[in-house]
Amino acid sequence: MAPVEVIGEVTGESAGRPADPAALRRALRRSERRRQLWAFGLTLPLLGFLVAVFVVPIAGMLKLSVANSELATAMPAATEALRAWDGTGDDGGVPPEAVVAAFATDLEKARAARALAPVAQRLNNAFAGDRTLLQGTARNLPEAPDGSWTATLEALDPAWGEPRIWQSLKRAAAPWTDLYLLQALDLQRDATDAIAPVSADRAIYRNVLLRTFWISFLVTLFCFVIGYPLAYKLSTLPPRLANPLMILVLLPFWTSLLVRSAAWIVVLQREGPINESLLWLGVIAEPVQLVFNRAGVLIAMTHIMLPFMILPLVSVMRSIPKSHMQAAIGLGASPLEAFFKVFLPQTRPGIGAGCLLVFIISIGYYITPALIGGAADQMISYFVAFFTLETVNWGMAGALGSLLLVATLLLYLVYARLVGLDRLRLG
Amino acid sequence: MSVTLIRLAALAGVALVATTAQARDLTIVSWGGAYQDAQREIFFEPFTAETGIAITEDSWNGGIGALRARAEGPAAWDIVQVETDELVLGCEEGIIVPLDWDVLGRDNFLPAAVHECGVGNIVWATVLAYDADRFPDGGPESWADFFDTEAFPGTRALRAGPRQALEFALMGDGVPVDEVYDVLRSPEGVDRAFAKLDSVKDSLIFWEAGAQPPQLLASGEVVMTTAYNGRVTAANQSEGRNFQIAWGAGYVYQLDSWVILANSDKQDEAMQFIEFWADPDRQALLPPYIPYGPTHVDAAALVDPEVLPDIPSAPQNLPTGLFFDDAFWVDNVEALNERFTAWAGQ
Repeated sequence: MAPVEVIGEVTGESAGRPADPAALRRALRRSERRRQLWAFGLTLPLLGFLVAVFVVPIAGMLKLSVANSELATAMPAATEALRAWDGTGDDGGVPPEAVVAAFATDLEKARAARALAPVAQRLNNAFAGDRTLLQGTARNLPEAPDGSWTATLEALDPAWGEPRIWQSLKRAAAPWTDLYLLQALDLQRDATDAIAPVSADRAIYRNVLLRTFWISFLVTLFCFVIGYPLAYKLSTLPPRLANPLMILVLLPFWTSLLVRSAAWIVVLQREGPINESLLWLGVIAEPVQLVFNRAGVLIAMTHIMLPFMILPLVSVMRSIPKSHMQAAIGLGASPLEAFFKVFLPQTRPGIGAGCLLVFIISIGYYITPALIGGAADQMISYFVAFFTLETVNWGMAGALGSLLLVATLLLYLVYARLVGLDRLRLG
Repeated sequence: MSVTLIRLAALAGVALVATTAQARDLTIVSWGGAYQDAQREIFFEPFTAETGIAITEDSWNGGIGALRARAEGPAAWDIVQVETDELVLGCEEGIIVPLDWDVLGRDNFLPAAVHECGVGNIVWATVLAYDADRFPDGGPESWADFFDTEAFPGTRALRAGPRQALEFALMGDGVPVDEVYDVLRSPEGVDRAFAKLDSVKDSLIFWEAGAQPPQLLASGEVVMTTAYNGRVTAANQSEGRNFQIAWGAGYVYQLDSWVILANSDKQDEAMQFIEFWADPDRQALLPPYIPYGPTHVDAAALVDPEVLPDIPSAPQNLPTGLFFDDAFWVDNVEALNERFTAWAGQ
């Protein structure tokens, strides 16, 4: 309604004083500005929505991956003492008595305030078993030291006499931590604070990331190989036939992802229709394992992702006039040559869009590999879910999420460089 | 029109104020579904009938985060059924209160059911299950059989992840039930468990959701699997299956517990309910509905002998039961999950 009022105002003004072009220009500019402001105002809800559901959570995730406030919140005095401590000590790495005393006093305070749990978990994130060490010590801590606090703690658990736990505490007292980001790259800080690889039986995240990209790449490839001819057929059929077929392509979209994944288990299982028919036909002598392994994940994900490949391809192919191919053949090209030299290059924006869509959606997949895959087929989202839902380790969940985000952005940049974003057409 | 709107708004406002001002009922939160239906019939409704204290029910899916959210701010939940990790963490964090054990009596309950801040209210188990119809000459009887692919060829399934899998691997390697966690606490013990898993790696698949194991058995996908005991019995009852649980092989049992939230303003009523629930005669009524074991030491003897063999806390089953060590797993689950993933990917 407002733009109409503005226009009315301008015409009214110019009608009153027709001979002042400068005033007219000013009024026009003013109304133009107001119109722009109004138009911008219309996008505010969307902008607000984007900030609320996109920018803020991602910023939060990045922050979580380096956040280190547990110790500072629950044990402020000990944190200060540990920060001031230079990391060396008389006993080869155990801090001086003053620092230990500050820690012990704060430990008792935190226990009484029941604020110790986050600290215990923070320590356990860095070293398995430190949760019990801290909680057990806090439970049994006497009110006054027996001699020195250093000796008292060591009597409660010999671990307090070793430099390792104090190094852990000093790292937990820092304002930020690289613990989670390093762990997400299979790295850790060793005793000398240098970055070192973790032991082989814990080094999994690089592999998981590679596996995530490899599975997504294969799914994209299969979608392309299956989807391209199908999209071509769909784009050449008359609408009377193409529309019902298009609905068949879209049908999976209208079924829940969970249902589709579960249905694939039924189809692919040992005594399922595929194995039964292959046995009946005599192609195989024993049922083949098609589910709870990589093959099952690839089959199910390709099926689920196929519409994302077909839709942009069809839309691009429909815009290519038939006369181009006819002209090429008329000018002496063989049908194959015409296809590769004339048709294929024109579909590139659709190929780019389809592949990018399928790939980017695939790398975030969780439920399908979890249900249809084996233990060696889980993708990175599975571990993000493990850390958020099962162990409530937000640091690791944030670090893995950030890692995925950075890796995806890098791939996207490579893609933009190779293909060009202006060549992208999403439908 | 606007007058009507204003009146409507005013009315809604009054209604809102009225509901918030209204006295809150004692609110009990459990897992919902058929299980909570049974709890309502056996515990909630008789409690209201006897004491006149009205109960409002809610259900949840667990998770320490959800519990924390409810424990902050004004009282909304009073009594909540939790799993042991939420009990341990909630107690450490002080969001649930210590119970008055002088009233309940420590000796009245299974030792595992007694915790400073909670009382175990059901026993459930992860067991070795198989389809007896596919083993006419007798199915597996021990975890050694589970790891013996020559005597029992075919695929077997474990829950994805290291929990319970490592315990069962050690049992299969000949470790007595009561020494499993001692062995598992040493690095050599962990190596030993993974070596045992590795011996059948080619025949192993992993399940993610509790509904999967009965499905895997029914479809012939696996010859034997770990499973939650309640799911196995339910499949036999509702689908007429002939699934067997090898209780004698050894099983891992876990507890759910009643806890009272620290921000509840109905501490006395809540405790009154827990005392009412604790009655062994009443507890013994639950297993016929759903095969979860009672925690009162006298209750097992009062359970219908028909269903007694199906419950984890039955006296004949308990000698081979291993109480799941939550403290060990809260400490080690991340490290061992990484190791499990590394092993699976090799």
